[in-house]
Amino acid sequence: MQIKVENNKAWFLVLPVFLIVAFSAIIPLMTVVNYSVQDIFDPYTRYFVGTEWFKQVMLDSRLHEALLRQFLYSFTILAIEVPLGICVALMMPTKGRGASLALILVAIPLLIPWNVVGTIWQIFGRADIGLFGAFMSSIGVDYNYASDPTDAWLTVVLMDVWHWTPLIALLCYSGLRAIPEVYYQAARIDQASRWAVFRYIQLPKLTNVLIIGVLLRFMDSFMIYTEPFVLTGGGPGSSTTFLSQSLVQQAIGQFDLGPAAAFSLVYFLIILLVCWVFYTTIMNMQKDK
Amino acid sequence: MSLTLQNVSRVVEGETWIDQVNLSLEPGSFNVLLGRTLSGKTTLMRLMAGLDRPTKGKILMNGVDVTGVPVRERNISMVYQQFINYPNLTVYENIASPLRLAKMDEKEVDRRVRETAAMLRIDPFLDRLPLQLSGGQQQRTAMARALVKDSQIILFDEPLVNLDYKLREELRQELRALFKARNCIAVYATTEPNEALALGGNTAVLNEGRLLQMGPTAEVYHQPKDIITAEMFSEPPINVVPGRVSEEEVTFDDTVHFRLNSDLRRLTPGEYQFGVRASHIGLVPHSDDDLELPVRVDLAEISGSETFLHVHNPHFDLVLHLSGVHAYQVDQEIKVYFPTHKLYAFDAQGKMVHSPARMRDQ
Repeated sequence: MQIKVENNKAWFLVLPVFLIVAFSAIIPLMTVVNYSVQDIFDPYTRYFVGTEWFKQVMLDSRLHEALLRQFLYSFTILAIEVPLGICVALMMPTKGRGASLALILVAIPLLIPWNVVGTIWQIFGRADIGLFGAFMSSIGVDYNYASDPTDAWLTVVLMDVWHWTPLIALLCYSGLRAIPEVYYQAARIDQASRWAVFRYIQLPKLTNVLIIGVLLRFMDSFMIYTEPFVLTGGGPGSSTTFLSQSLVQQAIGQFDLGPAAAFSLVYFLIILLVCWVFYTTIMNMQKDK
Repeated sequence: MSLTLQNVSRVVEGETWIDQVNLSLEPGSFNVLLGRTLSGKTTLMRLMAGLDRPTKGKILMNGVDVTGVPVRERNISMVYQQFINYPNLTVYENIASPLRLAKMDEKEVDRRVRETAAMLRIDPFLDRLPLQLSGGQQQRTAMARALVKDSQIILFDEPLVNLDYKLREELRQELRALFKARNCIAVYATTEPNEALALGGNTAVLNEGRLLQMGPTAEVYHQPKDIITAEMFSEPPINVVPGRVSEEEVTFDDTVHFRLNSDLRRLTPGEYQFGVRASHIGLVPHSDDDLELPVRVDLAEISGSETFLHVHNPHFDLVLHLSGVHAYQVDQEIKVYFPTHKLYAFDAQGKMVHSPARMRDQ
């Protein structure tokens, strides 16, 4: 008979990761699950309510509106940032001092803390002292992001485009640098147009970095909180109240921990679902080719 | 369609990459550019293509000066070391792309694509994407793209380096046959002397941006003008041994010398470098006046079914090219036979002053 020696030492090597994940993700998540099925009055008085909070949250029209707003927002900024980022990457110089200078200039917005970005745009857009706001009023446009929902939207979108287009641009820039020079040379010999070079050489080679860029930007924008919080506080009314802000209002503003916990879980599942759908679709598209 | 380079130089940031090259390529010719890495092969091709402008000199096509004409307005094709194809177009569309850019009639495009694909034996894969093909097939696709339009010049920049040995041999054979029927100028850059010999045609030897010699391949091989060409144009490189010619004998050192034979008698007394091909030194004497040399073995390098035997005596190192697989001990003492009739002699400047009689006749 063969003697099977089991060696379980490997489990010890996995232990640190397991502990970190437990404390950083699993335990907090279980706490939220715990809240979401109970009605808590004080540390000693609590009632099990089952799916009550989930029902309430799913039927809440505020959540529906915030969700709709959130999708609209995410798709708007993706529709602007992706093409714009590609254009910026194509225009950035590739050699010499200009290249490093351009890289630094493009990367600056990424280095600014999110609440500072909000503050910058809050001042930038003010009609009395802000560069952008004052400029708009001086050319006769009635612009006020604090009172007009359209203006508020415009400002929030502009802010995100300013803040995050550089990420797409840098990703594309690195993707473009990875294309060997001979491809361009071959295209010149083939007498291919600039558009053909982009369509048949650059774009196919950018697909992979763009998938990453779009996924990152989608998830990030879907969870956006700090910048609109600082800039508009979700207003005017609730016109720029996105999901996370809605959640914070409920959890911290009103201290409705039960519904807020249910909301968090739904929110989490939505992000997971959308990303999964997105990723599988793109991967299938790639396979079909 | 002929291509002439007149005194062409290219200087980049103070460094001379191409130094006064004069070259004339005839229509229907197959020309090999032979040179080591960094010898300027690619730079010269870029100049021929019009991708770069020469710093000095003129480039003529059919006698017309095209020095300043950009690549877009010239009719050329190029195949690279890397397999360059449009990644998201099928093989068919890849081959068709130059024709489509030339706005050719759809029927004619289809006919040409199929014809060229059949010629390069990639017709079963026309619907695939380049990345679904093997390396050899990808390079065939790239070649088909270059061949499908009637270019006046087709440039090959080490196209077979990234392929394995068997595929390389196969494609090399086909390539030569493909060009037999064409009236365009083919230029083929390579670092391998064997490849140049296998391809035939003409060979131009480049070294450090200078054109050392240009002529029919066999002639350049048998009659190298100088020591660098001789060294570059054989694998393993030709053995070079310093020696002295006096009134009656050739002396390599005090112990190794032989009487001047009729062949070498024309040399004036003095110092020379003697070149002898690795394949001409034998383990047994081939003629009566072969010089017997006792040597020690450094290394027996086996390549395929051949052996490169590295040996030394107290004064010089030699490499022997033996057919068959031979095993030797390091430091083993053996005798080799030095063919006194098959010597090249080079003067102090490295110019060839004597080649073996048999080679001269060819």
